[in-house]
Amino acid sequence: MSGTGLVVRDLRVVFDGFAAVDGVDLEVAPGDIRFLIGPNGAGKTTLVDAVTGLVKATGSARFGDEELLGRPVHRIARMGVGRTFQTATVFEELTVLQNLDIAAGAGRGALTLLRRRRSVPAAVSAALETIGLAALRDLPAGSLAHGQKQWLEIGMLLVQDVKLLLLDEPVAGMSHDERDATGELLRVVSADRTVVVIEHDMDFMRNFANTVTVLHAGKVLSQGTVAQVQADPAVQQVYLGVG
Amino acid sequence: MRSLSWRAGAGFAVGAVLLFGVAPFALSDFRLSLLAKYLCLAMVAVGIGLAWGRGGLLTLGQGVFFGLGGYAMAMHMKLADAGPGEMPDFMQLYGQLDALPWWWRPFANPAFALPATVLLPMLVAFLLGSLVFRRRVRGAYFAILSQALAAAMAILLIGQQGTTGGTNGLTDFQGFFGYDLDDPVNQRMVYFIVAGVLLLLLAIARQLMRSRYGELLVAVRDSEERVRFLGYNPANVKLVAYVTAAGMAGLAGALFVPAVGIINPALIGIVPSIEFVIGVAVGGRASLLGPVLGAVAVAWAKTTLSEEFPAAWTYLQGLLFVLVVAFLPGGLASVVRLLRRRRRPPPDPAPVSPAPVVAQEVTA
Repeated sequence: MSGTGLVVRDLRVVFDGFAAVDGVDLEVAPGDIRFLIGPNGAGKTTLVDAVTGLVKATGSARFGDEELLGRPVHRIARMGVGRTFQTATVFEELTVLQNLDIAAGAGRGALTLLRRRRSVPAAVSAALETIGLAALRDLPAGSLAHGQKQWLEIGMLLVQDVKLLLLDEPVAGMSHDERDATGELLRVVSADRTVVVIEHDMDFMRNFANTVTVLHAGKVLSQGTVAQVQADPAVQQVYLGVG
Repeated sequence: MRSLSWRAGAGFAVGAVLLFGVAPFALSDFRLSLLAKYLCLAMVAVGIGLAWGRGGLLTLGQGVFFGLGGYAMAMHMKLADAGPGEMPDFMQLYGQLDALPWWWRPFANPAFALPATVLLPMLVAFLLGSLVFRRRVRGAYFAILSQALAAAMAILLIGQQGTTGGTNGLTDFQGFFGYDLDDPVNQRMVYFIVAGVLLLLLAIARQLMRSRYGELLVAVRDSEERVRFLGYNPANVKLVAYVTAAGMAGLAGALFVPAVGIINPALIGIVPSIEFVIGVAVGGRASLLGPVLGAVAVAWAKTTLSEEFPAAWTYLQGLLFVLVVAFLPGGLASVVRLLRRRRRPPPDPAPVSPAPVVAQEVTA
């Protein structure tokens, strides 16, 4: 077990009087693969937005010894918290290599930035192999297939060297094989990192989740292993249907 | 990589031969001084190409920085013409002042005035940019803000006739660092300086665009939020491009004064600020050479056509802008790219990549 854990206490996000996240407590152990599931509007994405600094929240979200809430987005990112978005957001006009190189470079000094890239950083080549895009490294990211863009995003998190990955529906729109490949990728990644995945795909969750948190209407409905959560009558009622 | 930089070197060499070897002999003194004027406008365009084309910052107020550089240089030349301790001719003419205003005084010293033509615009851009980018003002709001600033600066200059020359601006320069500006040989020298500086600015812009910073700037343009999640502060990235463009515009204004012999509010207000951008859009904002060629072409067309049809030029210019934006968003530079692509067969479509080879990776 390595990496750093995430501890969320009494997290609230309120939009114009509507509590999108309404007092969530969450503990993700280091090295865990935690799935966040729940019906639309349950507050999954808002929770991730709050932890990464995109929306204002009250309560507490600690990553290791550091409080995340109240810091600007790029500071949180530099503390080792990375995320992806529901729609894969890569820099479409830049090549795969350039995308990864930018992700690797937040700590670069001015002189390095003003020079051209002479060689491929080791972390970038390693990530290219891990996400399986080494052969496509000089193509514009905009020409990648949907699944490849998602992998590129995960690769960007790897070279960014984040310790906590927050992935928002990483396998949406992927084929069956692509899903399995992504799941394997998550297992590799979680070896020395903590992973939180928002997902609707139940098969994917059963195959790759370590632990699961079910959100409903901004609150935690159930928490535990896949089997525990599936057996929870409350969950069956609101979400899973008769499992 | 090597062949690319070889090509760039060749490109610069061809540009230098055209500007230094061909133009001075092919053009009359009058046309050559017009070309010097166009090349000054092209310097502004290089900066806009960087800030707008690569950084997505629609700088509709570059006249402010052009004007700051121009007035700084003009003030120095006026004071040099007047001689030590004397007031410039126009101040004596209006007769409102007993002594030189304090903020004119430092410009008598070339060691202050020359750096100020570049550093003053950069400082203003830095202060403005720091405020604006951190507050995440962008897109049309940023454009309107810079536009308003250009208007405000022109109005301010017009209002302070006693110390700035008002609508007339600063003109009637005799010498440029001791050289008589009426002498065609010296005018030619000014042209050479202008051409040399333009090539230098192009080299700087090229380096910035091809550096890691250039890649980052494009990333910020296309998805600012994503860059923020990678741990960068996009405000700083934009600030660098904005300040660089301001410095280029300031230098352009400074050289415009000896090359054309005048700087006034009509050259730096809303209309000229928009015209800078039109030239860049027509040429192709995201390319290196497009803005330069577009700026020169539009300025040249303006001179030629407004000689023939003085009233029609404004409409033609507007039409040109609309046509380019509607049908050729990449500008004329994109035509070259299209032709090149048509001549060559398209490369193979992206091969379908295999799924990630995860398992081997971990154990390795």
